[in-house]
Amino acid sequence: MATIDVAGNAVEVDEEGYLADRGDWNEEIATEMAKIDDCELSDNHWEVIKFLREYYEEYQIAPAVRVLTKAIGKKLGPDKGNSKYLYELFPYGPAKQACKYAGLPKPTGCV
Amino acid sequence: MADFDVPVLKEYPVIPVIQPGSMAHLSPYKSKPDHNTGIGFPGELVDDWHDKAVAKIGDMVKNSRALQVFLDICVKCGACTDKCHYFLGTGDPKNMPVARQDLLRKVYRRHYTFAGKFFGALGIPGFVGAADLTKEVLDDWYTYFHQCSQCRRCSVFCPYGIDTAEISMAAREIMDTIGIGSKYNNEIIVKAHKIGNNLGLPEPALVNTMEGLEEDVKDETGIDVKFPVDVKGADVLLITPSADFFAEPHIDGLIGYAKVFHQAGISWTLSSYASEAANFSMFIGSGDNLKKQAMRIRDAAMDLGVKRIVSGECGHAWRVAYSFWNTLIGPFDFLDPNYPVPQHICELTHDLIARGALKIDKEANDHRIITFHDSCNVSRASRMGNTPGGQFTIPRDIIKSVANNFHDMAPETIHENTFCCGGGGGLLTDDLVELRVKGAMPRMEALKHVIDDHGVNYLTAICAICKSQFAKVLPYYDHPMDMIGSLHQLVSTAIQLGDKE
Repeated sequence: MATIDVAGNAVEVDEEGYLADRGDWNEEIATEMAKIDDCELSDNHWEVIKFLREYYEEYQIAPAVRVLTKAIGKKLGPDKGNSKYLYELFPYGPAKQACKYAGLPKPTGCV
Repeated sequence: MADFDVPVLKEYPVIPVIQPGSMAHLSPYKSKPDHNTGIGFPGELVDDWHDKAVAKIGDMVKNSRALQVFLDICVKCGACTDKCHYFLGTGDPKNMPVARQDLLRKVYRRHYTFAGKFFGALGIPGFVGAADLTKEVLDDWYTYFHQCSQCRRCSVFCPYGIDTAEISMAAREIMDTIGIGSKYNNEIIVKAHKIGNNLGLPEPALVNTMEGLEEDVKDETGIDVKFPVDVKGADVLLITPSADFFAEPHIDGLIGYAKVFHQAGISWTLSSYASEAANFSMFIGSGDNLKKQAMRIRDAAMDLGVKRIVSGECGHAWRVAYSFWNTLIGPFDFLDPNYPVPQHICELTHDLIARGALKIDKEANDHRIITFHDSCNVSRASRMGNTPGGQFTIPRDIIKSVANNFHDMAPETIHENTFCCGGGGGLLTDDLVELRVKGAMPRMEALKHVIDDHGVNYLTAICAICKSQFAKVLPYYDHPMDMIGSLHQLVSTAIQLGDKE
């Protein structure tokens, strides 16, 4: 199993860099994962990550992109409630990249 | 943005100079043991893999006359060589359909033909195009049978009709049987068996998402369009790819279906038990899993007491439903015989438009200049309507009924000649992005011509894989990712809700 180094600890991830054990997650891990992708997490990134984790807690699945954009629009203002803005934050795709930093499994299927 | 060379689009299609081994480095992640065991296969490569694989080939040709003929009959005429989008995009000669087939054919020939056995015993099987199944051959199988999207374009041009998709499915089934599967496919099939859809979207999340869509449509139109889940006694069970619940631009297509049902006054429902139209078991050639996945839909339809089953915009789901359901999970004598079983959402919408049952404002789509990508499984493995070629005319008729600006791409790239989007057949995974981008080249080339000539700004498709694939690869060719959209998004834009005049 692959690992990433977070403050001296080896954290297990799968071959695509997603956390192997969701229970391991903490903010340092998210920051480190983002750093690997050359991405620095801003407050707006954290809003997305926080929402993903809350939604997952309740529904055991990441929210649909539409659900996410609506929630972010409510939190950060209507000009940010669209997938274009989310792609600016997470250029590899909001569903996949943001889920990774949030410690959630990668969305599967025709997505 | 890419750590590989994105193909340069040319003025006219050019057969590439061959580049042996140029794609040998790329194969998808292998599945975890529990993904394999979850669908009835050994968790890891079994010790006697060689003998098991050879025996499996024997079983398969015994059970499928088609497969045996495909393996026996090729005369190496070469008609298929330049027909595969992956060959055209990569130049790797093992992506020529005949070479791909030969990977399996040479092992079949070694063990199941007189010539192969004879010269094999002499230690020179290659003399008759036969070969032993070595670890290297097995690795080639894994690599190159996961560089085939099973789109069947090559079979259109083969004078014998050899279907490379059948061979690629068989090869994947053989590999699964000895404990080698691809993570993308097998993980998804496990989820579909367990939860009912490829995403792993449980019932509460499905209901929550649909409630959200009801709010959105109400906000936008002022009309109460419903997105019902598990409603017993509804007339229609809608099965659709779960990407329609989750992804952009798919979800706008789902909104389109709902508006059509609403405006036509048809009662419909989704099923949380069978919340997936897609059936990835076809991609891995597993008949048992194919049946098990399809059976969920039959069970849900009976349980909900619906009169018809309508399939949303999903290419291979439509192949499975249209071409396999009757023998796989039929008969469907519990459904209303006045409607086709199964019925495609495009057939339904097309009929309603033809009868004047929907009020349409075509000008609402005037900002769009549209072209249509024929999805391979719809084009070459099924049909719509009552006339040959209905799968080509019905979607185009709908587009022309709801929009004013439509231009087809070049004739050698549409209808039964259509090029795969580059992501079909269980290859729509991030670990194969290089293949997906290169394989999209022929389609991108044809698209570029209608963009240059007609200013096309909207590419529409009726397959969830095509939509996700184009959203991913369009930017590599300098097009905006949001130029791909659902056909029913066009319907959604044009349909006038509310009281009929």
